[in-house]
Amino acid sequence: MVENRPWLTVLSHVVLCLGVLVTALPIWIAFVASTHPADSMLSGRTPLLPGGYLLEIYATVLGSGVKAAGSAPVGMMLWNSLVMALMIAVGKIAISIIAAYAIVYFRFPLRKTCFWLIFITLMLPVEVRILPTFGVVASLDMLNSYWGLSVPLIASATATFLFRQFFLTVPEELAEAARIDGAGPLKFFRDILLPLSRTNIAALFVILFIYGWNQYLWPLLVTTDEGFYTIVMGIQRMLQAEDAEPAWHQIMATAMLAMLPPVLVVVFMQRLFVKGLIEQEK
Amino acid sequence: MEKRVVFTKLGLPILLVAPQIIITLVFFIWPASQALYQSVLLEDAFGLRSEFVWLDNFTALFSDPHYLDSFARTVVFSAATAGLSLGAALFLAVMADRVLKGATAYRTLIVWPYAVAPAVAGVLWFFMFNPSIGVLAYLLKSIGYDWNHYLDGTDAMMLVILAASWKQVSYNFLFFLAGLQAIPRSLVEAAAIDGARPFKRFWTIVFPLLSPTAFFLLVVNTVYAFFDTFGIVHATTSGGPAQSTTILVYKVFNDGFIGLDLGGSAAQSVVLMAVVITLTVFQFRYIERKVAY
Repeated sequence: MVENRPWLTVLSHVVLCLGVLVTALPIWIAFVASTHPADSMLSGRTPLLPGGYLLEIYATVLGSGVKAAGSAPVGMMLWNSLVMALMIAVGKIAISIIAAYAIVYFRFPLRKTCFWLIFITLMLPVEVRILPTFGVVASLDMLNSYWGLSVPLIASATATFLFRQFFLTVPEELAEAARIDGAGPLKFFRDILLPLSRTNIAALFVILFIYGWNQYLWPLLVTTDEGFYTIVMGIQRMLQAEDAEPAWHQIMATAMLAMLPPVLVVVFMQRLFVKGLIEQEK
Repeated sequence: MEKRVVFTKLGLPILLVAPQIIITLVFFIWPASQALYQSVLLEDAFGLRSEFVWLDNFTALFSDPHYLDSFARTVVFSAATAGLSLGAALFLAVMADRVLKGATAYRTLIVWPYAVAPAVAGVLWFFMFNPSIGVLAYLLKSIGYDWNHYLDGTDAMMLVILAASWKQVSYNFLFFLAGLQAIPRSLVEAAAIDGARPFKRFWTIVFPLLSPTAFFLLVVNTVYAFFDTFGIVHATTSGGPAQSTTILVYKVFNDGFIGLDLGGSAAQSVVLMAVVITLTVFQFRYIERKVAY
């Protein structure tokens, strides 16, 4: 910069630090609450420094769940969330990369129709078609199963578009060369396109994993069996416990555990995360 | 844009698009058409008979004061959430763009709430504002404000707005920062040499150049506030007290699954679909214009 304004720089740092603090405040409070026994909170207000019950509380929550609310063990819910998130991420990437490949590299009847069919799904988020989608899943007998949790969320226009845009930027010469060398469409896809799309796949995976992990409404509807509860919806069940006051220390421990995997993914794969997020909106 | 070199097989491409098309048809197109169909039917209480009633469900909807209230509330909620999170994010991004040292660290520390599920974000704020044990409720009480989101509709609304904005700031921040960093330094420096002070430079140069980003984010934030915030409302206030936080998405769910008013819920779904389609078309038209620049 051509000018030097030390005060403005100091101000910027102060504002940013404040921003960081406000961002972190809810987590800090939740963390502190999850390390104190239940009675220390009922005394009037939450303490501001961590207590010494971290291990006990997390072990109870993970192993047996919040007894008072009659909820499933958190360990199991974490597992369900993981399975659902992975199925959604892998499933979406798999079906949309082959669909995009077919749409870009082949000429076949109804190609445009297929393209528009996929495009329309952009406009139908699960929230606006919940009742009938629930009906379809129920009549396919997919309630209370991992398939029911993940498959209805798998079709995604955004992923297909991302791959389509990317394939269109791949130089024509590659396909020409592959054809001259006698490579068939499947070999071209496997040996040339897939390796080229590696970073795109990884970036998309990060975004889709978070998307899948954070699903709330859908798991709430299709699971009635505790064995399939996911962690994000499980927290809500704990809050609605019949007893007068919810077991806040255990709920906060559960909330911490529910946040941890996606937050770690964002922090440690930040480059891929930012790339995925920005490319998705292009 | 089309590829010059293409493969000419017939069976293979059909096989490749089939999975996505089947899932789209079964879980998107079919349910959406069901919603359209149900929205013009009136079913009796036992679901045994249904009658074709043209647009009666829609007229009933738009003459129902509860629905209109909910609509107005959703607009207030979306405007407040979008305004708060966009404003805070822009402010932070401008500051982060200024500092040379530690910009990446700041970005990491501000961006991570993106990964927090809306429902979890709601629960965290719900806990901090809990009237009997929450830290923030305690602070407010000490300055003389008696916060209680269990009883007071305004408090409950502010709670969901805060939780929704807190989560969304990260996303907006990321896009604003990317937008700011794409502005050529030379423009800003030329203005500085001409004697424009930072504030003036921001309003006359930076902000106009940033407006495409801001506009795009406005659409995304509206969609977010309309649909993705279901978890926040459902996990914390459950639409209460006295329906003061019943936004449209929550009402569709509540009327359909709890109230079992299938026709009415389907009509509400159709209205929501119309909202998404409008917003999407809006966004696509805008993106086309951006390419033309």
